[in-house]
Amino acid sequence: MSTVGKVKGLNCKNCGAAMQLRGFSYSLTVVCPQCLSILDAEDPNFKVLQRFRQKERRTLKLPLGRRGKWKGITYEIIGFQERTITVEGVKYSWDEYLLFNPYQGFRYLTEYQGHWNDVRTVRALPERVLGTKPTVRVDGKRFRHFQKATAETTYVMGEFPWRVERGERITVNDYIAPPLILSSEGTDDEQVWSAGEYTDGREIWKAFELPGHPPHRSGVFANQPNPHLRGSSSLVQIFVLMTLLLIAGLLSAYLLQENKLVYRSNFLYQPGQSPTAIATPVFELEGRPSSVELEIRTDLSNNWAYFSFAFINDDTGEALDFGREISYYSGRDSDGTWTEGSRNDSVVLSGVKAGRYYLRIEPEAGSNSKAVTYSLDVHRDVTRPLFFFLAWLLLAIPPIVALVRRFTFEHTRWQESDYASYGD
Amino acid sequence: MIVRHGVNLDLVGEVSDLREDASPVQIGSEGVFDGKAFVVVGRIQYEHDLGSWNEWHLLFNDGSGGWLADAQLEYAVSFLTKPMGPPPAAEHLFRGARFQWFGVLYEVTTITKANYRGVQGELPFEYWGKERILFVDLRSPDGRFATIDFSESPPLLFTGRAVEFDELRLKNLRQFEDWT
Repeated sequence: MSTVGKVKGLNCKNCGAAMQLRGFSYSLTVVCPQCLSILDAEDPNFKVLQRFRQKERRTLKLPLGRRGKWKGITYEIIGFQERTITVEGVKYSWDEYLLFNPYQGFRYLTEYQGHWNDVRTVRALPERVLGTKPTVRVDGKRFRHFQKATAETTYVMGEFPWRVERGERITVNDYIAPPLILSSEGTDDEQVWSAGEYTDGREIWKAFELPGHPPHRSGVFANQPNPHLRGSSSLVQIFVLMTLLLIAGLLSAYLLQENKLVYRSNFLYQPGQSPTAIATPVFELEGRPSSVELEIRTDLSNNWAYFSFAFINDDTGEALDFGREISYYSGRDSDGTWTEGSRNDSVVLSGVKAGRYYLRIEPEAGSNSKAVTYSLDVHRDVTRPLFFFLAWLLLAIPPIVALVRRFTFEHTRWQESDYASYGD
Repeated sequence: MIVRHGVNLDLVGEVSDLREDASPVQIGSEGVFDGKAFVVVGRIQYEHDLGSWNEWHLLFNDGSGGWLADAQLEYAVSFLTKPMGPPPAAEHLFRGARFQWFGVLYEVTTITKANYRGVQGELPFEYWGKERILFVDLRSPDGRFATIDFSESPPLLFTGRAVEFDELRLKNLRQFEDWT
């Protein structure tokens, strides 16, 4: 069994600074940490490939050489590159860290404005799905095209298993299925596909035992999971369930209601004759506290009437006063016959306790010449669908709010894509 | 010029011009593929313009052979297969071209020209040349892959699939200082 020793340190051919190789024979290029020159790691003399006049050294969020256990595998951070795209004259840069394990291979952690992705190469062939929007399928998952851009390598540190070059430009296409992102990079000759999973920066900080906190997230990232997706889905589910329960409740209320007629009578009102107010005989209401419905039917014709009611408990003298205006007009014009208003009306009183009650009625009419005949029906325990409907409307508020949040998030996400809507 | 002998193995010994690389696999490594145990008995190292890769020759416990590719620690296992007809000619192979073998649809993803850099251990052939050979890699949507190897006429077809390192449960690997 042979043991491979660590590759010994070397010195930069440009500035003489001490350097270290971490990626064994895989590294094709290595960057001097001092003068940032890119050296040929395959060349026995580590020939200088690129030299830079401006030496802006950076402190990397994930330091090179740091090891951590990520997804159950020990990885060492060996390379870093910043890549930049230009959209409508504005430059957007993101960072890519190269992770290495000599058995398990390479992996990437990428970061854009606090949004991290854990990226690996895709070995299966992504299939293009025919349809109106560009979509690809991998492992049965559909990814929607998000953005096409030309990425330029704008800064490099450490080692890479390919020949990095500052200024190198490559076409990148991103497809999303949050929390996953699928990217194709390459030329017409070769395309490399990779898949990233949206990752909480805190997990990376924990895995690599980094001090402090990961950078704050800003904005919505392409494959960031919609935080309102699950909440809104379960709220919609609850709403559907409650709607069914309400319907069941309403149906059973209709089936179980007594709707018992406790009083019925006809009256004649002749305006101008006294006494105008009348009192009904006492009627008995039984059972649990429940509703009472008063139904008034009139023979009004091109006239109105106003009924002042007092619903009085004969035992306690407690009275409930309310009024009802009823009007009915009809006629004929060039369009034909017309009617307005209604001859009938009803009032529902809720939660009326059992007891002995009577009604005091005082009518008043628009026309003094015409008599009004009216009937009054009093029903005990009637179902009022309005209450069910109001309850349903209240229940609809949380899912609607959640759905609005969810779609606002999706809108913000897609505003960053090639498919953004303009003019708002 | 390469002469192959089917399943006959010839000890080609160690060839000095093998490039020193960091493949964790070595002759004598053992593993499991699709429930069948194998041992690594030989190696071909190929090189092309952008680097090199290894094809490790596997001997399964049922006596059959196979290949474990290690290209920058991306692993794949494949077997020499005999399609009904000869594999397509080189001029019909371009990126995006599609072919079907044994009910699987493959698409050409990479076309590489490479040559033998070195060989080691037991291999199912005895001579090798250093001329550039055309390799055409194809992939299927479910992670299977195929390689058409133009080192012989008619060309050889290898089919197999991409594998994860952990899946092969490899033992007797090389050890790396600081990495255990």
